[in-house]
This record gives sequence, structure tokens and C-alpha cells, in this order.
Amino acid sequence: MSILIAVVTLSVIAALFGLLLGYASIKFRVEGDPVVEKIDALLPQTQCGQCSFPGCRPYAEAIASGEAPINLCPPGGETTMLALADLLGVEPVALDDEHDTEPTKTVVVIDEQTCIGCTLCIQACPVDAILGAAKQMHTVIADECTGCNLCIPPCPVDCIHITPVKVEPDTWRWPLPEQNFAAPRA
Amino acid sequence: MTEYAIILISTIWVNNFVLVKFLGLCPFMGVSRKLETAMGMALATTFVLTLSSVCSYLVNEYILAPLDLVYLRTIMFILVIAVVVQFTEMVVHKTSPLLYNVLGIFLPLITTNCAVLGVALLNVQEQHGFLQSAFYGFGASMGFSLVLVLFAGLRERIAVTDVPDVFQGNAIALITAGIMSLAFMGFVGLVN
Repeated sequence: MSILIAVVTLSVIAALFGLLLGYASIKFRVEGDPVVEKIDALLPQTQCGQCSFPGCRPYAEAIASGEAPINLCPPGGETTMLALADLLGVEPVALDDEHDTEPTKTVVVIDEQTCIGCTLCIQACPVDAILGAAKQMHTVIADECTGCNLCIPPCPVDCIHITPVKVEPDTWRWPLPEQNFAAPRA
Repeated sequence: MTEYAIILISTIWVNNFVLVKFLGLCPFMGVSRKLETAMGMALATTFVLTLSSVCSYLVNEYILAPLDLVYLRTIMFILVIAVVVQFTEMVVHKTSPLLYNVLGIFLPLITTNCAVLGVALLNVQEQHGFLQSAFYGFGASMGFSLVLVLFAGLRERIAVTDVPDVFQGNAIALITAGIMSLAFMGFVGLVN
């Protein structure tokens, strides 16, 4: 019997407290700063932290309080920066170099319809990724292409185009270790 | 009146919760790196400890004791303290943004602090009345605050001194805490 009283008492009190907290969370709800909300809505919500704030919302708060410039968001890029400038009525600022979009890996593709087979790009290619012969159609071996784009300037007919490589499980590589070599001493 | 003064002196110096009873050591080591945060933590703890010792007294006296359920004390106190702290946090957040900025991040941290539960349980053990409980909680938190702020000040000094490699970081902090504890032993016998 006494165990029953214990169980009932504890459950009742816990339920009461639960109700109290639930009521309090509605009654004492704090509306956030509406400007922060709007800024937050424009940010990409990737929570990547590349802006040096621990997430999109803290960055939004920092923008709202004027502590941070609007150009620190690499995933949002220029679009986000322009939208923010529009919302806040400030001048657009160019994206920070440091916070610029990470260069995506690209390869070149030869538009085979236009290629005249001049072999100029083959000579320019440092990694022999272009296959072809004089007066024959050329093509790029995508696996070998490093995306250096050195073949583009020599092409007389502008038939070489840059295309981004889509990362797929097959093509994904571990990121290279960061190289922080000290500057060579003079 | 002297009774309450004695409770205060006893909890602040003689039976200091951190240095004599060794309760609440995690915030003592964790939030004592900077004087400013230590003060925030001290304020928040004072608030929570006083409030929770009063609440737990009420719960023990008017719910647990009449129903003969005193063995449920621990779980009940945890429940009550957690709810009270959470509730206060919400109210403070709504009513006083300034106070919330000072205490906000510390309030939920303290809920799970052993000093808070320790005060509640010791109140029952020592059979304190309502006011006595309140003073005991307040005194305990004052003692905690005093020691935390002193310790934070010491650590700020230590941070810029030339500490031998092996003692750097937490090691020297623990040694400092030990010496402080020894110093507080000097108060033993002042009051009970």
C-alpha cells in the first residue's frame, strides 16, 4: 500500500511540475529580435561556422547588433550578401577573400563539334590529359585533368569549357592536409 | 538572531561547502578561470541555492513527512530543484533580459550541482526549520561565492606566472585549492 502512495505521489507531483513548466514555456515565451529572425531566415542554415560564429543564428545576432560585417558567409556567397545588404539597407561589400567560396574542383571539356584539331591545347596541357591528333577531334580525359585551365588560352576557336566536377562517392577524396610551411628564410 | 548569524558564519567559513565539505568542486575548478565568469556563477549559485533549500524544505515538510515518504527525498529534491531552476530561468528570461544575460547560461548548469542537492539534504539531516533552511542555503552559497571568487582571482594571477612545466594548468590549480582548503581549516572550532 505504502509503495502505491509513493508511486502516486511522485507521479502526481511530476505531472504537476510538467504542466507548470509547459504552461510557463507558453506564458513566458520570449519573442526573439525580429531583425535577427529575418537575417537568420536569409542565411543558408548550414551551421558551418566559417563566419567564425558558432552557427547561423549567432552570426545573425552579430549582424543585427552591428558587430559583424555581412560578407562572412561562404555558403551563401554573393546572393546572401546582396540579400542581407538589401534587408539592412547597407552597401553591398565584396566577399572576404578568406571567406570566399571554396574553389570547387573543375575539369575542362572540349566541345567536339567546334574543335578543329589544332593540337595547341595538347601542347599546353601539363599532364597530358588531352587526347587527339592533328586535324582530328580532341577530347579531355576527365580523370587526368587537374583543372588548371592552361589549355583554354591557346584554343583558337574557344571550344574548351570549364565544368565543375560533381562529387560522388567514387570521386570523393580525403582532403589534403593543410600545408603551413614557413616562408623560406632569406 | 544570533542563531542565524552563527549559521551564516558556520556555512561561510567553518563548514565551507567547497573547501571543507568538498561539494560543488566541478564549478569550482571549471568556472574559476576568469574573475568575471566566476562572479556570474557565484551570483547564480547564491540565487539557486537559497531558493532550492527553501523549496526542498517545504516539499519535505509538507509533502514527504506527512505521507511518510521521506525515503523519496533524493529523487524528489532533484525533481523540485530542476523544476524551480527551469521555471526561474524562463521567468527571468521574460522579465529581465539584463539579469538573464548575467545569469542565463549558468542557471541550468547549477541544477545538476552536488552542492545544491547537498544543501537540501543537509537541511533535512540537521532538522532545520524554514528560516534556518533559508539561511543555511544562503550561507552555503555565500561561502561558495567567496571561495570561487578568491580562487578565480588567484588563478588569474597564476596564469601569468612562471609555473614549472609539470605543474602547469589544472595541476597548479588543484594545489592552490588544497592550500586554500588548509587555510580554511584554521576556522575549525570557531563555531560548530
